[in-house]
Formats: sequence, structure tokens, C-alpha cells
Amino acid sequence: MAYDYEKSIRPGKLPHIWCPGCGHGIVMKGLIRAMDTCELDRAKTSIVSGIGCASRLPGYLDACTLHTAHGRAAAFATGVKLADPEMTVIVCGGDGDGTAIGGNHFIHACRRNIDMTYVVMNNYIYGMTGGQFSPCTPTGAKASTTPYGNPDPIFDISKLAIGAGATFVARTTAAHPREIDKLIVQGIKHKGMAVIEVLDDCPTTYGRRNKFRSVVDMMKELKKNAVPAKAAAKMTAEQLQGKFLTGVLFQDTEKPEYCEMYQEVINKAQGA
Amino acid sequence: MAKKVALLQGNEACALGAVYAGAKFFGGYPITPSTEVAEVLSAELPKVGGKFIQMEDEIGAMAAIIGASLTGAKSITATSGPGVSLKQELIGYACIAETPCVIINVMRGGPSTGMPTGPGQSDVMQARWGTHGDHAAIALVPNSCQEIFEETVRAFNLSEKYRMPVQVLFDEIVGHMRERIVFPEPGELEIIDRQPPSVSPADYKPYDSSKGQVPPLAAFGSGYKFHVTGLNKADDGFPTTKAELVDAEERRQIDKVMDNVDDILKNEEYLTDDAEVIIWAYGSTSRSARYAVNKLREDGIKAGLFRPLTIWPFPEARTAELAKQCKAIIVAEMNLGQMIYEVERVSKGDCAIGGVFRVDGEPINPGQIVDKVKEVL
Amino acid sequence: MSGARLEVIERNCKGCSICVEFCPKNVLEMDVFLVTVPRPEDCIKCMQCELLCPDFAIKVHDE
Repeated sequence: MAYDYEKSIRPGKLPHIWCPGCGHGIVMKGLIRAMDTCELDRAKTSIVSGIGCASRLPGYLDACTLHTAHGRAAAFATGVKLADPEMTVIVCGGDGDGTAIGGNHFIHACRRNIDMTYVVMNNYIYGMTGGQFSPCTPTGAKASTTPYGNPDPIFDISKLAIGAGATFVARTTAAHPREIDKLIVQGIKHKGMAVIEVLDDCPTTYGRRNKFRSVVDMMKELKKNAVPAKAAAKMTAEQLQGKFLTGVLFQDTEKPEYCEMYQEVINKAQGA
Repeated sequence: MAKKVALLQGNEACALGAVYAGAKFFGGYPITPSTEVAEVLSAELPKVGGKFIQMEDEIGAMAAIIGASLTGAKSITATSGPGVSLKQELIGYACIAETPCVIINVMRGGPSTGMPTGPGQSDVMQARWGTHGDHAAIALVPNSCQEIFEETVRAFNLSEKYRMPVQVLFDEIVGHMRERIVFPEPGELEIIDRQPPSVSPADYKPYDSSKGQVPPLAAFGSGYKFHVTGLNKADDGFPTTKAELVDAEERRQIDKVMDNVDDILKNEEYLTDDAEVIIWAYGSTSRSARYAVNKLREDGIKAGLFRPLTIWPFPEARTAELAKQCKAIIVAEMNLGQMIYEVERVSKGDCAIGGVFRVDGEPINPGQIVDKVKEVL
Repeated sequence: MSGARLEVIERNCKGCSICVEFCPKNVLEMDVFLVTVPRPEDCIKCMQCELLCPDFAIKVHDE
């Protein structure tokens, strides 16, 4: 019954730093369950992050954890994975970290199809610095740097990942906890770059500026607007207005994985 | 058996020195005039089971080599001024996270894009203070193709021994010059590997300095689970804001270098014993300086050459001694005056200081140095 | 009796009330900033509270 999360968490690290209602804790629970399901040897698992609220996640987990610089997680993770392809590499971080300052590393990790699982906690805001707009903040929304409403269009992280060449792309939300671990498990088992976008809530810096009375309202909104990709196929454009698709959005099992491609380079260089 | 000999470019010698040192990972991005280092390593590393990756940008290259180094691979990147500027934040990361890695800077003119195919020595202060925050720095400045090979090996050794980034700076002249290289036999040059932990994974702390200033470093994937962060951290690797812990860690990371300068410094002196004037020069400029010393001696002027192979940490003690001994020190460098300020600082007015500077993409020639010496004396 | 025992780890609870709001059987209540379990006998062990608690502060045990 009650899930034993504690065996995966470093002693004395709870309570975590995230604000009341922040969905990152829900995602961390899902990640722990997924790592358990995959029976990952934590000494052969590296969890890599950048900077931001979501990037504090690795510090809690008992594994080879690497909290890097803002935006650089995918590039550090590429070094870890290529240096030792036996490692299971999981990257986690936020929308700003991954798609603004880290956008270049993100798309190129997707392009290479290097075997890692990138969990993007997309709460459409820079939380740690106090709520500035990110590339995922909805147009028109309020942030501390968009007092008149956000003039910027958004990145769709999942579409970005698919377009850049990731071979497993899925989306869910913090309000769908069972789907989080289900998709991360699929991502870990997938040989290649897996991107799991988890739409997440930031009640502190996004919700209160954008007319959400509570975190519960934000979670209900996520539930309301999530449409499983399979169900969406039978819906009209009108019905899909304002909704987003969840579940596995894209999978390609044909594209070669980067470390395997590099092993072929080694074989050629060594005349095998 | 005769030793293997080859005619090699400095950049090629650097790449082969890295392989000799045991490099197993290169992450880089193409940039003139360093690109041959990447080209050679793309061919050589996979032969020894190593990995070469051309990253999407300079920052990604620096990130990749830190990640690879933490996973146990001796790691290197090679770039030039604009690339080093981009890498600065992560050079600081390697400092605070105490991650061994070697950064090659084949110096060109600057600032900004500057003169990509021309030589320069204007990144020497950047090598000391380029990244933000207090930190130690080790930087080496070879002046020949043979020395580039050997100093690249020494850079890896210092990097592994002191658990920190080490920069090797040579200018475009030496990087693209072809010279005869005599390859050392395997085992002829000392190769130092990082100290692995002697404690069990359960007892391991990645920054435990109880047994020395440089804590042992485990590799990800070797059975040790630990945390690495760019935040100020305690000896267990986890972030802290406790004043006494932050202070102790910051000071230790600088002391590990400054308490060991005798091990890190390396100088060459030529005719300094009776010298009345010392030419203080490094990298390719020191070759002109040596020629100038000979010319000055022919003219009856007792000149000598002081040539640091390590410029960071700065060779303070020996420079100060020479300042007491001679009438003048002439600093020759392909910039508008950088190391001269350090020479002035440590000489404390004990002798006259003059500078020979050049930033027009042409090397400093011996005649310029000779003229300056005659002007100052 | 449902056979469930709900454990609240008070040290971890930040009082966000997600568990209270998403409990389908109204088992939980907020006591200002802390979740309480006034009606454990109504628990159907759907696990929503435990799964959705961001703070590792509530656990559903089998009795």
C-alpha cells in the first residue's frame, strides 16, 4: 500500500525546498516509482539538472547526482552518458532552464538521439527568481516581467522535441500522477532520447498573478484541459480548442542511438 | 631503439600529448586557430577507446567534458579566445566542483572576433580571472611544439593531482608552427591519475579534506553515489550557506594551489646569473626574447631571459629575486600590457620595468626587444 | 472499517490542501496549515492523497 519513497531519498533531506502546492514533489514521486519499476541500480544512475526550482530535484535522490549550471544539464548529461554508456542518465529541470538558456543543448541532445530520459517540469514560469515569464508562459499571461500581459508566443516543448529528433516524446501533468511514472518508465526503457513533458503548477509565482485562487484550481485546470492523444484523434478542432494532448505523442524505434553510433566509430578506428 | 620522431604542428603535438597523458574524452567546437587539436583527437581518441564529441557550442563542450570527467574519463577541450570567453561560467563550475579537466586556448587577437588567424597573448589575465568568484588558477604557456606535447601532459597531471581545471595557453604562432618532435616512450613522462577514494561508498564524501587539501574523487558509475553542485557546499557535497563551512571550502580550494606553488611552477632561465637586464617573456615571444638576449650579449649588454612555463600561479618569488638582482626587467608580450602588471606588483620598485607590446597580428621580433632594452638602460 | 490507516508526516506537510480537495470520500480536513484525518473509516484506498501530495507527507497504510 503506502509507497516506500524514503529508501530512494537521501537521509535528512525532507522536507524539500519547494513551495506549498508546487507540483515538482509530485513529479519526484513519479520519478522514484519509475526508477523502482525499472529496478535501476542507483550507483549506475546519474540524475542531472540545471538551475531553477525543478533542478533542485537530484539533490534529494540517492544516486549519482549532478546539479549543474543554468541550462547546461543536457550537455553535462551528454558527457556522462558518452563517457560511460552503461549509466542510466535522467535529466530533469524546468521549462526556462531547458528551452530558453538551455534550448540549444536540449535540441541537440534530441537530434543526436542520445540515450537519456529528460523530464521537463513545465510550470510556464521562472519560479526561483520570482516569476519572470519563460518561453512557455502563455501569451497574455501575467508574470513579474510582463505586467501588461505576455506579448511572447510560446514554445510547445513536446513538438520542439519531436521536431529536433527525440525518439520518444510524451506529455502528462502533475495532476495525473499515475501517468507520470508510467511515461517515465517507457522513457527509461526506450533506447534513445526520451522527453517527458510534465505540465506542472507554480501557485506561488504564476497562479496568484493569473487569477487562480489556489493550487487546487490550477490542478483542476490541468485535469480539465488534458486530452489523451488517442481520444483527441476523434475530436474536432473546435473541441480541442484550449486543450493539450497527453500520453505518448511520438515514438520512433528505428533511429540509431548516439552511443551505439559512436561505438561503430570506435570499431572503425580500431580496424574491427 | 631510436625514438619516434615526427614533424608536427603545435596543435597536433597538443592532441598527441593528450593521448599520451591518457585522455579519454574530448568535447569541443570548431574555432580557428585551435581546430587541428579537435581534428587529430577525432581520429586518435577512438583508437584508444576514447570518445570525441563535437558539441553544439563552446559552452556545451565545456559542460560535456566536466560530465565526462566526473564519470572517470580524463577530459580535454580546445578552443581560442571567443570560445574561452563562452566557457568561463563552466570553468568556474569545474573550480568549485573540483573537477579535473584541461582547457587548451590557442590564443589569437581580440577582443571579440578580433583576428582569428593572427597570434595574440591577450588572454593571460582571462586565464586567471576570467570566471567570476574567487578561485585558484593553473595556466601553462609552452613555447615550442615539443613543449606543447610535454606541457599538455603536465596540464593533465596537475589537473588530476589538484582536482581542478588547468589551462594551456599557446599562441597561434606555436599552434600552427611545424617542428621536429621526439616522442617520449610510454612511461618516460610521469602520468598522474586522480586519487580514488579509499573509503567505502557509504562513507564517501566528495569534498572530505581530512586527509589532505585535495579530496579523493570517485567516478560516477564506479559504485559511489554522491552529489555534485555549483553551489557552495559542505564536505558531503550538499549545498550549504553556513558561513564557516563556505569560508573553509573557498579557502581550501585556493590553498591547495597556493600551498603547492613549488610543485606547480616551472621556469626556464637563460643567462640570468650575471644579468643586468632580464627579458621576461613567455610563449612564442620568449623565442624572440632568447634571440634578443644573444644579440644584446654580443653588444656587451648583460641580458638574460626569464621564461615562465607556468604563469598561473604567478612565479612571484623568482621574479622578485630577479628584480633585486637586475637594473631592469623588460616584459615582452603580444598584448598591450597584462603580465607586466604582475611583474610590477612583485618587483616592488626594486628595478626599472619596461614593456614591449604588440597587438597588430605580427609577432614581437628580437629587434624590438633589443631597442627597448637599450632605451631603458 | 475500510482497513486503511492514514499517516500524516507533520514535519513534511506544508498545508497545500491538495489531498483534502482531491479525496473522493472527504476523509481529510485542513486544520489551518496541517492536514488531519477525521474520517479514516471512509477511505477507499484510492491513493489519490498519497500520489498527489507533493511533500511526501501522507501515506495510506493497509491495516
